[in-house]
Amino acid sequence: MQNGNSKKIWDLLNTVPDPEIPVISIVELGVIREIEFLNNSYIISITPTYSGCPAVKTFQDDIKSCLHKHNVKNFQIKLVNSPAWTTDWMSEKVKKKLIKYGISPPSEIVVCPQCKSTSTILISEFGSTACKSFHKCNDCLEPFEHFKCI
Amino acid sequence: MDLLKYILRIADSQLIIAQRLSEWCSKAPTLEEDIAISNLSLDLFGQANILLEYASKIDGKRSADDFAFHRDERNFYNFLITELPNGNFGDTITKHYLYTEYMLLFFEYLSQSSDEELSAISKKSIKELKYHVKHSKSWVIRLGDGTNESKNKIQKSFNDIWRFTGELFEMNNIDIALMKKNIAVDKKIIKTIWDEKINETFKTSKIDRPKCEFMLSGSIDGLHTENLGHILSEMQYIPRSFPNAKW
Repeated sequence: MQNGNSKKIWDLLNTVPDPEIPVISIVELGVIREIEFLNNSYIISITPTYSGCPAVKTFQDDIKSCLHKHNVKNFQIKLVNSPAWTTDWMSEKVKKKLIKYGISPPSEIVVCPQCKSTSTILISEFGSTACKSFHKCNDCLEPFEHFKCI
Repeated sequence: MDLLKYILRIADSQLIIAQRLSEWCSKAPTLEEDIAISNLSLDLFGQANILLEYASKIDGKRSADDFAFHRDERNFYNFLITELPNGNFGDTITKHYLYTEYMLLFFEYLSQSSDEELSAISKKSIKELKYHVKHSKSWVIRLGDGTNESKNKIQKSFNDIWRFTGELFEMNNIDIALMKKNIAVDKKIIKTIWDEKINETFKTSKIDRPKCEFMLSGSIDGLHTENLGHILSEMQYIPRSFPNAKW
């Protein structure tokens, strides 16, 4: 694929799941910032969610293997720091996918993904990954993770 | 080169405090705190890495890993407070609070730097550091306004660590030169705001502001406490012993 159609690359990358939250793709997560076609090569700009996110390396490996599988070899991956990644880039559709998966999506008011109650308490500011905090629902008593707003 | 040294100063502090914090992994007082401290450490490693990558770009010869693993004590510019041993949990929280309250302010001012890369790195780091300040400050308040024992211990932590806060605001000819180009931050301005924030926390936590006026310094010239050599020997052991090791 050398025709410079970046729409096709976007579609391919939309099939690459997030390594930690496989129900959403890396495109839906917002880490793919831009795809340009310059001098016969696709420049894929990606931004890490958190500076120390261990998934950044996995993102790059997954992008490479997805594109190689579809016979795209003329590409480079560029890490960009600006603008800084924010949970504001997450669409309503993606937030619904997170709820279905059991993760409370980023929002000012934390909602229990099980019973949808807004009466919850914070257990820990930090969860299993850098992007999540840990909470408990006061109504259904289930513990759950919340995607932090950054 | 001025800019390179300026970046290394910031990167080294983030790297060394991250390495120190990682020593708590599997040893923190509770499971939640273990996860919290490991996450704090991870953020700071990430920020150090981005800064060292930028240093590498400016330098043109050495990689980020070369900077982290192949320099000796005298070529590290991290603040002394970042290399101090973890001590008890209150000591770690005290160090982390004093340092991140400073770093958050520092990055807020650096985000207006005329250097686009430093500005971008700052904006990203601010988002993460807000959680660091929130977390460490809430512990300072809980321990200071807690039992007699916790109050005495955290007061002692502040008394012991206070003398390492002076150099956070130290500037030399590099700062002056870069301030003229609107790249560097005027630390005199952040000192005033930092003092206000810290005093507010002292009030809420019922901790007395330490009286000690004597301040230690040296890191701006690469002069350190003996702790840095030990931390580097652990951090740099594998890349130095097996220079081509890959994992």
